[in-house]
Amino acid sequence: MTFELIAQEDGFFRDRSGEGANCVRDEGFCPDWIADNYDRYVTPFFEHVYLTVTSVAIGFVIAFALALLAHRRQWMVGPVTGLTGTLYTIPSVAFFVLLQPITGLGYTTAIVALVCYTLLIIFRNVVTGLAAVPPDAKDAARGMGLTDRQMLWKVELPLALPEILAGLRIAATTTVGLAALAFLAGAGGLGEQLDRDPEFKSNVAVAGGLAVGLAAAIDLVILTVQRVATRWQRAAA
Amino acid sequence: MTEPAATTEQTSDRQAATLEFRDATKRYPGQEEPAVDGLSLEVPAGEICVLVGPSGCGKTTAMRMVNRMIDITDGDILLDGVSVRERRPAELRREIGYAIQQIGLFPHLSIADNIATVPKLLGWDKQRIASRVDELLELVSLDPGETRDRYPAQLSGGQRQRVGVARALAVDPPLMLMDEPFGAIDPINRERLQNEFLRLQQEIRKTIVFVTHDIDEAIKIGDKIAILKKGGKLAQFAPPAELLMNPQSKFVEDFVGADRCLKRLALQRVRDIDLWKAAQVRVGEPVSEARAKLDDADLPIALLTDDAGRPLGWLSEAALHGERVEHHLRSSAEPSVELDDILRDALADLLGSETQYGPVVDKAGRVAGVLSIEVIGHFLNEAPTEARTGAELVGEEA
Repeated sequence: MTFELIAQEDGFFRDRSGEGANCVRDEGFCPDWIADNYDRYVTPFFEHVYLTVTSVAIGFVIAFALALLAHRRQWMVGPVTGLTGTLYTIPSVAFFVLLQPITGLGYTTAIVALVCYTLLIIFRNVVTGLAAVPPDAKDAARGMGLTDRQMLWKVELPLALPEILAGLRIAATTTVGLAALAFLAGAGGLGEQLDRDPEFKSNVAVAGGLAVGLAAAIDLVILTVQRVATRWQRAAA
Repeated sequence: MTEPAATTEQTSDRQAATLEFRDATKRYPGQEEPAVDGLSLEVPAGEICVLVGPSGCGKTTAMRMVNRMIDITDGDILLDGVSVRERRPAELRREIGYAIQQIGLFPHLSIADNIATVPKLLGWDKQRIASRVDELLELVSLDPGETRDRYPAQLSGGQRQRVGVARALAVDPPLMLMDEPFGAIDPINRERLQNEFLRLQQEIRKTIVFVTHDIDEAIKIGDKIAILKKGGKLAQFAPPAELLMNPQSKFVEDFVGADRCLKRLALQRVRDIDLWKAAQVRVGEPVSEARAKLDDADLPIALLTDDAGRPLGWLSEAALHGERVEHHLRSSAEPSVELDDILRDALADLLGSETQYGPVVDKAGRVAGVLSIEVIGHFLNEAPTEARTGAELVGEEA
């Protein structure tokens, strides 16, 4: 049995031997090759999960805190929206490159950039959600003697939860996509794997498919939380 | 009515509070006129004080000053003799029931959790909360088993309103503030809720500040009514009947409406006025006796009754031509009204049947007199007699 190994510049190996050899040579979609090589994707996949989850978590904490501050100080909403909006418009490739002199190559750079992209969406959704809480519920809460803090945690946030989770879903999905470029900052992820051989359909299918699957999975998790936490919304007369 | 409940089966273990506005004033910065201007009035424990007036008269502001949702600028408000200014707002509010027109139920909480809001804040244990919730649901005529675990969106408007009242009553507050609590309910259900509310008040005897823009509701609900006019000034503070009989100004007169006579009728029963005496005769009675009775009666037509004294109809002249009274009617005894009927309803009966008078019967159906439009007109022009309040009327029925 003969087999041929072709080493590409960045070390992506394509095994062109065996039954699927023709398929691989044609850069096609080769189930056999995928079955033999899925382990190449495990580490990048978990890097991708790590980047996404960490960034969204940090982004949520920051944006949520900003939104709570702005909720009682409406003048803050404009400036914070402006600032996070500006961050949001920076092209991601440029962002990864621009940050490198400061944070160097690696996870930190990638996460800083990814966090910045989540801020606008989460901040805006929390603020919108809180603003949409029915005024009569708030008036009744105050009239019954809830303090501002109790009102926030017992009335306003539970009622804003659907909107907040909706923002979280968009932020998470977006981040999965953006994290595919994190390799530009030296943080690996599925994007790196994709970039190694973008011509090879099998590679693109697996790396891309995993990214899409990840986005869908995270979305499903948050959606489930949303369904459970907001049963009251579907309670019909 | 002014007595704090003496009944033992009542649900309250707390006394109702007295409330006093002492020259209470609210001035908003940058506004020339105060929203509430030197309001002084006292609400005895267990009474309903209705604040009523056109929009912009400051009635809601006045109510919200009591639990410090709005802080007073001048004067004072005393709850059981203690200034509300000396109380921490959140603590004060937990002691005062609060019900508003929009109800403000929390859509994300079950009915039980909504009602349990203040008990939870006060740290009641689960057992106590659960039994209190059921007790309150029953008090407002809702089935606990059916309602407890539902969400507000699953209830009708009227049911939500009841839950709102139950929630306001949760910790048995000595004072309740109610801002147009029945304002968003259709007229038929509103009337029912008002009656239920008055019956409930018979049981719980809270001190209640009730805000409305509807003078009819004020007359029906209030033990005393404070009419406010624009600029937050008190125009008159009096029991409903007095307000209707002696409006102290043109403003009050206009506000209670040109039909204030009719409104007064809604506060009286047929038994409250001097009825006409009828000549009651029976078949077979000597005509001479019947004629003697006619001479003594207030109207020239004899009323034929059966042996038990129940009215059969108005006797025709022909029935009195022989020796004995014959069964010869000129018209039926309709409409016949009861002593316990509300005067306004009785008048409606008379007008509705195109007659000027009708026999009045007691509970057993026996004739007690005759009510005529003339009698009512005379009554309305008389010096004020003792009128009831809506609450008393409903209470008597219960």
